[in-house]
Amino acid sequence: MTAIEVNDWRIALVGTPNCGKTALFNALTGSRQKVANYAGVTVERKSGVLRTASGHRVDLIDLPGTYSLRGRSPDEDITRDVILGKLASESPPDFLLCVADATNLRVALRLVIELKRVHRPMLLVLNMIDIARRRGVDIDLDKLSAELGVPVVTSTAVRRGGIDDLLCRIDEIAGKPTGAIAESDWTTPAASDLRAAQREADRVIRAAISEPAKPDTWTTRVDAVLLHPVWGMVALLLLLFVMFQAVFAWAEPAMELISQGFDALGALSAAVLPDGLLQSFIQNGVISGVGSVIVFLPQILILFLFILLLEDLGYMARAAFLMDRIMGGAGLHGRAFIPLLSSFACAIPGIMATRVIDNKRDRLTTIMVAPLMTCSARIPVYTLIIAAFVPNQPVLGVLGLQGLVMFGLYALGIFSALAVSFVANRFFWRDSATPPFMLELPDYKLPQLRSVLMNLYQRAMAFLKRAGTTIFSMMVLIWFLASFPRPPEGATEPAIDFSLAAMIGRWIEPVLAPIGFNWQISVALIPGMAAREVAVASLGTVYAIEGGNEAAEQVGQMLAGQWSFATALAFLAWYVFAPQCASTLAVIKRETGGWRWVLTTFFYMLSMAYLAAFVTYRVALALGWG
Amino acid sequence: MSDPDTRTLEATQATPLGLARRGFCGRVSAIMVGGDHLGVSASEIERRLLEFGIVEGASVQILHEGPVGRDPIAVRVNGTTIALRRREAMAIMVGDHDQAAKTAT
Repeated sequence: MTAIEVNDWRIALVGTPNCGKTALFNALTGSRQKVANYAGVTVERKSGVLRTASGHRVDLIDLPGTYSLRGRSPDEDITRDVILGKLASESPPDFLLCVADATNLRVALRLVIELKRVHRPMLLVLNMIDIARRRGVDIDLDKLSAELGVPVVTSTAVRRGGIDDLLCRIDEIAGKPTGAIAESDWTTPAASDLRAAQREADRVIRAAISEPAKPDTWTTRVDAVLLHPVWGMVALLLLLFVMFQAVFAWAEPAMELISQGFDALGALSAAVLPDGLLQSFIQNGVISGVGSVIVFLPQILILFLFILLLEDLGYMARAAFLMDRIMGGAGLHGRAFIPLLSSFACAIPGIMATRVIDNKRDRLTTIMVAPLMTCSARIPVYTLIIAAFVPNQPVLGVLGLQGLVMFGLYALGIFSALAVSFVANRFFWRDSATPPFMLELPDYKLPQLRSVLMNLYQRAMAFLKRAGTTIFSMMVLIWFLASFPRPPEGATEPAIDFSLAAMIGRWIEPVLAPIGFNWQISVALIPGMAAREVAVASLGTVYAIEGGNEAAEQVGQMLAGQWSFATALAFLAWYVFAPQCASTLAVIKRETGGWRWVLTTFFYMLSMAYLAAFVTYRVALALGWG
Repeated sequence: MSDPDTRTLEATQATPLGLARRGFCGRVSAIMVGGDHLGVSASEIERRLLEFGIVEGASVQILHEGPVGRDPIAVRVNGTTIALRRREAMAIMVGDHDQAAKTAT
């Protein structure tokens, strides 16, 4: 038996944020994971399996980036606890793979010196060595290794060829019988320890590295514009505006195609299947229901493409820099910009990304306002209502009125998020601890096409999976509610008037009537709790069954005939605020560890939604848009 | 804070980085956090600055200023760019380049 020999090696990847650790992890394991340029994007535990040159199995853990083992945020706590073997669920790593950006070694080497006190076998990987060499940085590897007392290897994480040498070295070092490993004598470093470690790192750099004094000129030149007090803000606003126009305009051809495909499928099922319950189920419940959600895939992908590219480029940290004071006025941390921007795609990754905010108060405020950011699931609802009720006329020659209304809804979401956090800061947080805003602005890097496409593919799959499971089952439920019980023989009213859906809708209607919602809207809001975009499909199903199986007719046209303009506006206002997403509430519970913040978020959003819809409806009525 | 290694430069020759304008070039002479900042302890702020490589002797240059109230600032610290608010930068005492050159020799 060779059982002793085939023990897996547990190796942990450690390094500062932006050192390319995640890219190296991907190259080593082939695992698909987010690679980004923003400090602290790795928030979850990522592990993967790889085989070394000798065929040994390695369990590799990617730890969140950290500047020190002190643990200043939930992220950094995890890194420290894994390395020190403090986590009950994890056995301590056998080996530390310490990653450093070869173009930016000062801070990284200080961390290496701190890590040496843990007394685990260690290997230092100098990442992005190609960029460093191109800039004329000359690193004497043997000297560096000797001065540091840690073996050193170079790598280029983004190229597969750059890691073979690394795998050999892992074999060499991890394969050595280590004997008894010394106990860690790491203690929380005091300021004097940090100073001493930094001096030691600077000494090592002077001994082993000769670098030209010139910084990355490309980054400097780009930043001269993008961080300019005026042009930088103009560029940021322009970028956001282009993003939203793109979501509206670029996606159109693809959406048209998907929509036609589902229409054809619906027509086919109507032709093949005999009239009756089965045909109604397939055509109204399945095809038009799922189709009306999948049609928004192109828009969601375009939005994610923008966010992924900006992250990988290194622009996100710049946006946080530009927005810090503006958000600070509303009581938000500059770092909250990234979670909030991610929330435009979906509040769930956004809320998870708040783990990079180390202050509890700032983090809770950000979590509470993140769902107000217009997530991609609201796009279907906005698109549909805008297309049905807002004429597509040009404004100022180039901008479309529909695009402007969409932009206005996004702006309303942002404005209310700022207002809510301002109020929360004034009235709920008694202690006014505002933590320091300190952030590395990494050099710009061209995004890796492969990694962006991989991420985009994952998003598409996640969305389709959602459409296939949650949304599909909700559609089946709403079809069932709208179709049963069947109308009695000889009834003259539409079949749906006798259904469960009508009963539920009429039961809620009195509460929602003051804000202009009829019973059809009331019933569509219920499945909308599972996923916001389902409300659109639900309305389609309810009206299709009511109208007697005319599912081929566009939902939008149907609504335009059924709703007043005031109701449409109230519906949009409701959707800006409504806490209509059970998964978001579930994530808030998980991230805050209790029901308190879930209930707070739910009720403040519900009240705002009701109030906003009420005011909108009443004002619209007064203007004669009823 | 009571680090024996801290170079005690004459306070008159050092100004806080938090008051410097864009284009300022100099060298860190001391990290002196005035006191607890709104709930964050002085020693925590000091350690955070140190962890970004802002130690005595490091060369600093203000590259950019934020759009509102010239805050925050982007500081080049020996080849790394760090964004921080002026309030925290008040703790970074700097001497101008000539002064730094003299003390270095």
